[in-house]
Amino acid sequence: MTTSRPDPSSPRWVRIAAPAAVVVLALVALWQLYVTVSGIRPQVLPSPARVLGQGWAHRDDLAAHTWSTLQVTIIGFAVSLVVAWALAIVVDFSPWLRRALVPLFVVSQTLPIIAIAPLMIIWFGFGLLPKVLVIALATFFPMAIGLIEGFAAADREAGALLRSMGASRGQVFRYVRLPSALPRFFTALRIGITYAVVGAVFAEYVGATSGLGIYMSTQKNSFRTDLVLAAVLVTAALSLALYLLTYLVERIVAPWALTTGNRT
Amino acid sequence: MSAVTVSAVRRSFADRPVLDGIDFDVAGGEFVSVIGPSGSGKSTLFGLIAGLDTPDTGTVTVGGAPAAPGRAALMPQKDLLFPWRSVVDNCALGLEVQGIPRAEARARAANLFPAFGLAGFENARPGELSGGMRQRAALARTVVQGRDVVLLDEPFGALDSLTRTDMQLWLQDVWMRDRWTVLMITHDVREAVLLSDRVLVLSPRPARIRHEVRVPLPRPRTLETLTDPDFVALERELVDILHSTA
Repeated sequence: MTTSRPDPSSPRWVRIAAPAAVVVLALVALWQLYVTVSGIRPQVLPSPARVLGQGWAHRDDLAAHTWSTLQVTIIGFAVSLVVAWALAIVVDFSPWLRRALVPLFVVSQTLPIIAIAPLMIIWFGFGLLPKVLVIALATFFPMAIGLIEGFAAADREAGALLRSMGASRGQVFRYVRLPSALPRFFTALRIGITYAVVGAVFAEYVGATSGLGIYMSTQKNSFRTDLVLAAVLVTAALSLALYLLTYLVERIVAPWALTTGNRT
Repeated sequence: MSAVTVSAVRRSFADRPVLDGIDFDVAGGEFVSVIGPSGSGKSTLFGLIAGLDTPDTGTVTVGGAPAAPGRAALMPQKDLLFPWRSVVDNCALGLEVQGIPRAEARARAANLFPAFGLAGFENARPGELSGGMRQRAALARTVVQGRDVVLLDEPFGALDSLTRTDMQLWLQDVWMRDRWTVLMITHDVREAVLLSDRVLVLSPRPARIRHEVRVPLPRPRTLETLTDPDFVALERELVDILHSTA
């Protein structure tokens, strides 16, 4: 046979996505119906058709701000990733540092970002740094904890097996603890990446020269509810795209985590 | 020279004595089984020989030197094949830990594959193997390390009885070819008699060596051996000892 095998993932994909698509379409239809029937002013509630139409009309503007937000998100998230990995590894090797640092990680997650973000602007200005810090603050905790717990969840007997082979602490980490942590890490990564986009938009909302956040803020102030919602739509799409991207990365980096059902 | 010597070994955990003066030797090339009631300290004993733990008093030597990690090769109860490594990479793990370059480690592990019934599965993932193949891969990972002693902790406990018998006879075959020194923990009296030169029986906790039985049956032992009167008598003797302590 010369024809390629049918891709088994696409029908499955359709089956998985179809129910959500049906619900979303139904809600959008309801919304459109309500706006049309009630005659509500578009400054208060624009119809979905108007949101899409105006969003499309302002696509150049939206694209520029989206690009800006995406850059900030990626830089902030990358910083957060590097710090989370570094500290999680340090904590894994040192029980003392674990006791010293993990409570601080928890505190970092309890800080109200809504209060911290404006202070970041005051301290660090309107540039990249305050936004990177807000994103890092919002996303660091789930990833660091995911990694720390992932390392700790490695099979103890597997560690003993490696030690019986004469493995050093570093080798046990490399051969057992690190790969064992990856399934949990990717779960944490998915949580983190969605926080990252929201964190970026929030940081921009408080003060920025460009980005979806400041765009929403400006449009709200000129009563362009339709454009605010268009930016919200783009934000959601961006989060969803990055979220799905984590599955692709997982498939490349840790395919066994997806195929063996070895997730804990 | 003995491959393993255990003399006057005592070990307690939180003031609960687990091993209460254990003495025995294993000669080079000998196949010795340790049987005993559950919780009698068999795994503790293996931990000491593998160098993962140290006795409170007494000494353990492997290959003439004090027991230490890297002197005995351990096959744990669970196969512990890592899903993130191919089968051959799993088998090469111990050599990689020793610092042998990855390509050479893989080649040395792959050399065992035909005799271990794993030929063609070098690059498979462990999840693609049957239960018996997984145990053979775990054993290959153990013996390829080239250590003085092979420690088998209930190697076939997870298998169905048909597969287990096949694996026992197969293990005897590969063992007869290379004659590694083997110390095996098992709950299965029949398995112990079938495979061993000598069977040590531990008492309930705190454990001592309660009894020692030589198995003079000729090798290779086969399915017929299982019904040989001498075999049955030895099996009977061991079962009686185990039940009189329980």
